[in-house]
Amino acid sequence: MLKILKYSFFDLIRSRWSYVYFLFYLLLGFVLLFLNNDVSKAVITLMNIIIVLVPLIGTIFGVMYYYNSKEFTELLLAQPIKRSSIFLGQYLGVAGSLALSLIMGLGIPFILYGLFQSDAIFDFTLLLVTGGFLTFIFTALSFNIALSNENRIKGFGYAVLLWLFLAVIYDGIFLMSLVVFKEYPLDTFSLAATILNPIDLSRILILLKLDISALLGYTGAVFKQFFGNNIGLVISIAMLSLWTILPVLRLSHKSKRKDF
Amino acid sequence: MSAYTNILFIVFCLVLTVQRSFANTIPICVDCEITTITEGVSVAMEYDTLLINKGVYKEFNILIDKPLTLLGQDYPIIDGEDKGEIIRIISDHVTLDGLFIINVGTSYTSDYAAIRVVKSEHFLIQNVVLEKLFFGIYLEKSSQGRIFHNKIIGDAIDEYNSGNGIQLWHSHNVEVDRNIVRGVRDGIYLEFSDNITINNNTSTDNLRYGLHFMFSNDDVYTNNTFENNGAGVAVMFSKRIKMYKNNFRKNWGTASYGMLLKEINDAEIKDNIFEENTIGINIEGSNRITYTKNDFVSNGWAVKVLGACYANTFSQNNFLYNSFDISYNSKLNDNTFEQNYWSDYTGYDLNKDGIGDVPYRPVKLFSYIVNRTPETIVLLRSLFMDIIDFSEKVSPIFTPDNLMDANPLMKRQYDRN
Amino acid sequence: MIEIKDLHKKFGKNQVLSGIDLEIKEGGIFAILGPNGSGKTTLIKSILGMVIPNKGNIIVAGNSIKKTWKYREGIDYLPQIANFPGNLRVRELIRMIKDLRRRSADEDRLIKMFKLEPFLDKKLSTLSGGTKQKVNIVLTFMFDSPLIILDEPTTGLDPASLIHLKRLIQEEKIKGKTILITSHIMQFVAEIADTIVYILEGKIYFKGSVEELKAKTKQTDLEHAIAAITTTTDHA
Repeated sequence: MLKILKYSFFDLIRSRWSYVYFLFYLLLGFVLLFLNNDVSKAVITLMNIIIVLVPLIGTIFGVMYYYNSKEFTELLLAQPIKRSSIFLGQYLGVAGSLALSLIMGLGIPFILYGLFQSDAIFDFTLLLVTGGFLTFIFTALSFNIALSNENRIKGFGYAVLLWLFLAVIYDGIFLMSLVVFKEYPLDTFSLAATILNPIDLSRILILLKLDISALLGYTGAVFKQFFGNNIGLVISIAMLSLWTILPVLRLSHKSKRKDF
Repeated sequence: MSAYTNILFIVFCLVLTVQRSFANTIPICVDCEITTITEGVSVAMEYDTLLINKGVYKEFNILIDKPLTLLGQDYPIIDGEDKGEIIRIISDHVTLDGLFIINVGTSYTSDYAAIRVVKSEHFLIQNVVLEKLFFGIYLEKSSQGRIFHNKIIGDAIDEYNSGNGIQLWHSHNVEVDRNIVRGVRDGIYLEFSDNITINNNTSTDNLRYGLHFMFSNDDVYTNNTFENNGAGVAVMFSKRIKMYKNNFRKNWGTASYGMLLKEINDAEIKDNIFEENTIGINIEGSNRITYTKNDFVSNGWAVKVLGACYANTFSQNNFLYNSFDISYNSKLNDNTFEQNYWSDYTGYDLNKDGIGDVPYRPVKLFSYIVNRTPETIVLLRSLFMDIIDFSEKVSPIFTPDNLMDANPLMKRQYDRN
Repeated sequence: MIEIKDLHKKFGKNQVLSGIDLEIKEGGIFAILGPNGSGKTTLIKSILGMVIPNKGNIIVAGNSIKKTWKYREGIDYLPQIANFPGNLRVRELIRMIKDLRRRSADEDRLIKMFKLEPFLDKKLSTLSGGTKQKVNIVLTFMFDSPLIILDEPTTGLDPASLIHLKRLIQEEKIKGKTILITSHIMQFVAEIADTIVYILEGKIYFKGSVEELKAKTKQTDLEHAIAAITTTTDHA
């Protein structure tokens, strides 16, 4: 698996798209810091971008890589290599290179700007950790979709739909249920609905660390109480890990049964 | 109004000077003939000056029952040793100057104060430093006085066992100027006190409010800074209050605001800066208030309107980078927004007259939804909310139809920096 | 060497292999023939473990291949369509495959044989179909495995390379290896195959030597014999 990971990773690192993605974040980091001059404000703007863009890029990139590397995959399948190793290796290669682009792209401008002297270092680290998780989660989900759909157009369609669901439609349903059931106590429901969607969970985790969390009012206080203690943090990390591990398990399971 | 106070004050000072020429100065120090303030007060004649030299005076319940001037030299320390009230003034024409008063007793039954003025007039309290206090300066049915350039530094932790920095109760025509109040429950508290002038004070880091009005009318406060207080400034059940050129900053917290207006009528709010507060101004049941030339910068909500508020006018204000500019909890609007600058405005100005050609709607759909179902705030900054806010902006359905600034300014006004 | 028992495979509703029983003994060249869509490639991919059978069992070198992958160390496979990751260079691809298999290989001799030296630093996406096929052949023959599976090895090859390929196959046969070939070029098959396996509609219709097939179909050349087998089976 490590060998496949190595080849996928270096293959991607050398590709144009990785550079584009890396340069995009690099530019974004510099622009935000030098226009804003304020690390914590930059973190808020970055959060907005990360919770939308990282899942989208992870999804699209994952599907694209899977379909584009079909030949490579077939070449590997005839070699004495375990099947799940091939797919897990490729998955880790893609997710790893995307995460690296993200972390380096944003990390470099922030470090140059003097992040280590700033109080925002924990917020920023949290931002990168959730960004990393989102990359791994959505790449895994997109690999699953691609593996289950031979038809590229269909695969792309489902992948974009999945992103749209988790990034937008889910929140729409969430909002409607809150409005419809407003007569009932909704704290537990809100908490559960937030934890179940990795994008919402990431958003809330970051928001709660920022000044802006004061806007969340009473609900925010409930959230803060939950996420503020260690159990909440452990549950969040566990949930994000679960979102990563389950698709990876399915990927490995499904790949063993697929014909090529 | 203030001219009247000033004349009064000049007269009052003249009277003092005239009296003082006949008066004696009694020195108090460790090696002096008189070693305690209480003893000094009892031997002094009316209009005498007690010159209190540097040192520590462990005294409390000092009763000043005749017109006297207590003048401290190099800040003598009066240490109440937490035993109760320290100075009580029950006579007119008393001046306290240059004292350092510490360790006021804390009680759950009596409001012990460092300095209490009871039913007296023409008092002057200046250059006094208070530390480790319960209540600071407490005016009780006392009028025509001045509280000037004092420093009150508390270390309050809980609201239930802390007092207010400067409290006025049934006191009228008092001037509160250039004081610094920090770390108490309410920085400055007014109850049933009319015609009070509060200028140039700094009230920060207090547990509850920086400034708090209850049932007080015709007061003016100008050029004060209220920063990082538990909930900001509260103006409640009062009429005709004028608020000019104040700074309301950094009142962050789930129930915090720069200013709370509750049952306030006919007030004037002008040239103030509301910056980085959870809510800039929280308005409940307040009518006929004019908001002019204020800056609302980087607040969560710049203005949050709750309940029935009629005939309020917002004009020529700058609304800059607030998460929500205006929030309403009803579909009814009887307030006017005219010629304000909104940083979120994306309209255009074809005839270049400085006024946008399309109206600005300051109430976002999200803020409307949050008002109806507060739990929905958990969707703050989600993509879905951005999308529906955008669609509501393009074609408004839910927000009040007439709630808009028909003539939004294209450029920010009155840049104060 | 290979033992296939009652092999069934369905793709969706399409039954591709329906009960194949086949034994391939060690040593010699076996040609698997059949019309398009008869299941040749599926059969080969089943042996390679790329296609998972619905039913049946495959034993390679004495062990069932179910859920294992180690046995592929003993197989060299030449895929039908030479698709390679386009942004790799030829040299990198060869090095990568060697690295993945952790085996020594004599690629230099093969590179020389097929005159691939000028292409070593070219990206695979820029190569012509024939050159790609040569690279494909190099990758297959550079290892020394007891079983060699060739799926349409002649595709796109020029006559000189074809001669090299035939010589290579013969060399491997002399070394006592088992070689499995599918091809459409009957002349090529007739020239090299020891045993012919004919598949139609997912079943084995014939297994035997070229001579046996000619005798059975009463034809003198293989092409006609193959054509005839279809008609005879149609009658059957």
